[in-house]
Amino acid sequence: MDSVIRINNLSHSYGKKIALHDVSFDIPKGRVFGLVGENGAGKTTLIKHMLGSLSPDSGSITLFGAEPTKDPTHVLGRIGYLSEDRDLPLWMRVSELMNYTRAFYPGWDESYAQKLLQQFRLSPGAKIRTLSRGEKARAGLLMALAHKPELLLLDEPSSGLDAVSRSEILGVVVRSVTEEGRTVVFSSHLLDEVERVVDDVAMIRNGKLELLMSMEDLRAHHQRRIVELPEGVDEFPALDYVIHAQGEGREWAVISHGEANATRHALEDLGARILDESVPSLNTVFIARVNGEQRVTH
Amino acid sequence: MLHLTISQGDGLPMYAQLIQQIKALIASGRLSADEELPSVRQLANQLVLNPNTIVRAYRELESDGLIYKKRGAGTFVSSNATPYTDEVCRRMLGERMDPLIVEALNLGYTLKQITELLSERWTAFQSNTATEEQGN
Repeated sequence: MDSVIRINNLSHSYGKKIALHDVSFDIPKGRVFGLVGENGAGKTTLIKHMLGSLSPDSGSITLFGAEPTKDPTHVLGRIGYLSEDRDLPLWMRVSELMNYTRAFYPGWDESYAQKLLQQFRLSPGAKIRTLSRGEKARAGLLMALAHKPELLLLDEPSSGLDAVSRSEILGVVVRSVTEEGRTVVFSSHLLDEVERVVDDVAMIRNGKLELLMSMEDLRAHHQRRIVELPEGVDEFPALDYVIHAQGEGREWAVISHGEANATRHALEDLGARILDESVPSLNTVFIARVNGEQRVTH
Repeated sequence: MLHLTISQGDGLPMYAQLIQQIKALIASGRLSADEELPSVRQLANQLVLNPNTIVRAYRELESDGLIYKKRGAGTFVSSNATPYTDEVCRRMLGERMDPLIVEALNLGYTLKQITELLSERWTAFQSNTATEEQGN
């Protein structure tokens, strides 16, 4: 499959602080790719490498086969980017910002831009400064979309927005794929949103790639069980495949990964009774993995 | 318009929720034989859901013989669609009954008492529905 982004052994430090360590993965064309991780895990640093505003200390990153720092015009013209802080010039009017942005992109499609203006309910004469948060986000999205980019990069686009604006942004992500066949990279801490729209999910943790799989595999390879430990066992024992166990006394909620039967058998060998078995949400997997090192909490 | 809802959280994956709801619509007759289903694209946009989730749900419904694709025309409900076999019905009802049994045992009810209660409710429910139908 064609890859739009290739990342090989990328590392980056801010002074002594390691922001990314030996990260490698590819993002295939036409997929919606979710980037998740705690605040400060390295998601934004990674996106800045995609935009060429940071260059790797070691390793490499290419977009459309080119390095964004060496060939910015080739790369940036094919990307639409929306950041969490929007970076819009507050003193401009919406129409002025459109004219200004159009100058940077040969591929700008004015009739599409006008369509988006209506769809996003923005008035061209309004000063950016006077827009609500949701309107600013939609204005930013218009600027990111009107040149019909092959790759849409959204860095925490829903952050601080109301439910209606969030759903509008998600709608754009879905239509990007269904209508335009575009590749989307979507970083968010709202895991319910990520789960709805992405094909693949990468979890960054302390600058490293903790997990990379398709949403389908993530669901197929993680299990959540409520178990009752046998009488006399009060602490949850260390078991292979168990990422996290939470509880006290005899009843525990256990998140595991790998082959479903492996953990089931291990639990049964222990004499534990399985009270409930379900497919965990991305949110549950995420929390289990973040808390994983403690293994057992009360 | 097909009214489907996706709930998030631990439990049934989203594609499985779609399958369950479409089956229920076929079983209840709200989706009838040879009725056209929305395209993957339409449904993805409507539900704000990754299109591949819908592709997967349609694929499984198709391999179960509940829906069929006509090239270039769309996806339709099969005319002989039987979403629930007797076995599946028994399992579904059985699963609903299990919590009732647990509750009954906790409250100290016997099988005889709970069977009597069930038949009382059954009769009451049917006479209620009959009145409503007359009212309409």
